[in-house]
Amino acid sequence: MDAMAKAHGEDQHDHPHGWRRYLYSTNHKDIGTMYLVFALVGGLVGGVLSIGMRLELMHPGLQFFHDSHMFNVFTTAHGLIMIFFMVMPAMIGGFGNWMIPLMIGAPDMAFPRMNNISFWLLPASFTLLIISLFVEGEPGAPGVAAGWTIYAPLSTSGHPGPAVDFAILSLHLAGASSILGAINFITTIFNMRAPGMTMHKMPLFVWSQLVTVFLILLAMPVLAGAITMLLTDRNFGTTFFTPGGGGDPVLFQHLFWFFGHPEVYILIVPGFGMVSQIVATFSKKPVFGYLGMAYAMVAIGGIGFVVWAHHMYTVGMSTAAQAYFVVATMVIAVPTGVKIFSWIATMWGGSLEFKTPMLWAIGFIFLFTVGGVTGVVLANAGVDRSLQDTYYVVAHFHYVLSLGAVFTIFAGWYYWFPKMFGYMYSETIGKWHFWLTFIGVNLVFFPQHFLGLAGMPRRIADYPDAFAGWNLVSSLGSYLSGLGALVFFFGVAHAFMRKQQAADNPWGAGATTLEWTLPSPPPFHQYNELPLIK
Amino acid sequence: MLLKRLTVLAVAIIATLGGAATALAGLGQPSPWQLGLQQSGSPVMDNIIWFHDFLLFIITGIAGFVLVLLIIVIVRFNARANATPSRTTHNTLIEIAWTLIPIMILMFIAVPSFKLLFYQLNVPAADLTVKATGKQWFWTYSYPDNGEFEFDSLMLKDGERKEGQPRLLAVDNDMVVPVNKTVRVITTGADVIHAFAVPSFGIKIDAIPGRINETWFTAEREGVYYGQCSELCGKDHAFMPIAVRVVSEQAFSAWVEEAKKKYARKDEVPPSQVASAQSRPQ
Repeated sequence: MDAMAKAHGEDQHDHPHGWRRYLYSTNHKDIGTMYLVFALVGGLVGGVLSIGMRLELMHPGLQFFHDSHMFNVFTTAHGLIMIFFMVMPAMIGGFGNWMIPLMIGAPDMAFPRMNNISFWLLPASFTLLIISLFVEGEPGAPGVAAGWTIYAPLSTSGHPGPAVDFAILSLHLAGASSILGAINFITTIFNMRAPGMTMHKMPLFVWSQLVTVFLILLAMPVLAGAITMLLTDRNFGTTFFTPGGGGDPVLFQHLFWFFGHPEVYILIVPGFGMVSQIVATFSKKPVFGYLGMAYAMVAIGGIGFVVWAHHMYTVGMSTAAQAYFVVATMVIAVPTGVKIFSWIATMWGGSLEFKTPMLWAIGFIFLFTVGGVTGVVLANAGVDRSLQDTYYVVAHFHYVLSLGAVFTIFAGWYYWFPKMFGYMYSETIGKWHFWLTFIGVNLVFFPQHFLGLAGMPRRIADYPDAFAGWNLVSSLGSYLSGLGALVFFFGVAHAFMRKQQAADNPWGAGATTLEWTLPSPPPFHQYNELPLIK
Repeated sequence: MLLKRLTVLAVAIIATLGGAATALAGLGQPSPWQLGLQQSGSPVMDNIIWFHDFLLFIITGIAGFVLVLLIIVIVRFNARANATPSRTTHNTLIEIAWTLIPIMILMFIAVPSFKLLFYQLNVPAADLTVKATGKQWFWTYSYPDNGEFEFDSLMLKDGERKEGQPRLLAVDNDMVVPVNKTVRVITTGADVIHAFAVPSFGIKIDAIPGRINETWFTAEREGVYYGQCSELCGKDHAFMPIAVRVVSEQAFSAWVEEAKKKYARKDEVPPSQVASAQSRPQ
């Protein structure tokens, strides 16, 4: 098996070289690598924006931004970039493309050429968003300053210039990229598993990707509809969201959040899959309760479609509707709890090795729990009355995203780096990266709970003086996290320069999925003969 | 003497730390380094504070429990302590427990949660109504029950504030209400979505163009209570605060008489008959 893979890897006439190899790529591994590089760039840009915001918020008063407009352009861009150009490309386009075929014993994705367009739509999308920063948004000022949620009428009559139109077109391209990718992944996972690999023998990472792309397939079109209605309200005289024409601003919120809530599960469920693989590997034990884990993800995804209005408790919704959304939202805590406890049970009785991927995974398990429980607080509309649109919400979602999703992305990066690139990273640098980031992001976001409880609103560039203390702590934490990011990039460069060869399986007996049976890196084409699964 | 002084100091420190969260919290405005919700000025906020403390206790317990389990796992089952991993992948009893117990905890939370929700949303019979219209970037308050006058309330800039008035919160014309009376606040938006919030009263309601929303509060103590616009509304979203001045009934009646004169329209047409959605010229 090994020898055959290596022999076929010697074929040089098999595939294009140079720029054509990437521009015209139909290879899931090359496309996966391009997604990962793109995500690194997205993360860098999104991160610089966040440091810019924290620099302004470090002290009361306006120091760097002339007024709130440009600050909120930063807020908007930070959100859109981190979601659409960092987390999703890394987790789904990057790790999904790379590992799904390797894990299910498939030679490539079902639609390799469509895979190519899925990737290349993203640089185009990013370009359109960058352009939006340089054209008029609000009167006399460039860029979109409406938040990633782009509520009407702020995003319609409030932004007369073309910036919002560019942002809408950017989102159309990103959405199309994801939807095409979803079609590809669903077909691949359903149809191209190796003989003997039933759905219930599939790695949990593949399950997580399957759930995620179903969410994409069903939710993204709703975003597309909502932003198209925004586009026609702005340019073609429709009044979907304009009361003067019989429309309703709240309709936009319903449509947006019907997409928006499944979107946040899209951002975390692949991470759940990665954590399952990593915890099992470094505990040298199979995941506890495999079926419970798989169907918990299905449940989270499914219920995630019927809870959207918990983002809208203060719009003037009826009592009955608020009560329903409180209950439905709290229900999601049950399958999520099953997962947290199952990961711990996987480690229980195991033989744990604390390599860098495992540090990120364990950090995730605790910090995601913290973020999750503040979510339970926010789910209760009665107390959300005080917390809506405050920094408590910002703290909550950054715990589940920056300390949740991002931790899983780094976990997956360190776990699969040797496989993808054939080199071992330095454990020392990896651990420095982890600890600097762990301390840094907790310093950024834990005090934001206090700020929110005390009443500090979101999306403001300047705040009443009483909020100065915790804002200073938060900003200092962001600089430490930035340092962590620099250590990360240094570590990547270091690994590529050191060129320490990685084994097929550097992780030992705990790594039981199929990718570890292939060389590191795998040949250009693998599984010319399909593996037989017992 | 020294011992007495030390004891007083120790008691003071413990009392401060023990009551730290509330002692540091402001009434009507935030305090530096505040940890918790602002002090309550209304019965609804009393309930919100109670419910949040209840939730905080539960979620601290849950997160603490997970942390303890992780520490145990790290200490007991690291490779040096436990060289041979077990192969256990199932335990029906524990799987049922960790499904049912969270369900029971959630049901336990739901009871006071709904009680609070219904208390907030069932608007009682009001003693007076104030209409707050969100505009870019200030509030306009109308008093339909007390003479139909209306006035704009703008944030005071640097140089306009008096001693003791908090930056970014103080305004030129407060929204004045009588103490211990049920005030219904109705909101709408003149241009984009804004949101009317007063943390110490535990209220927050969006001000949406084309829609009238409703909330209520009963202020239990005289004083000035601040809030800030709570929905992104454009470049000066951070600079359109809300200030509610709660005064005695007599002071309120006196203020109403003053206000009817001060805010009278030159053409004496009541505001309710004037076309809405007039933005203040910039």
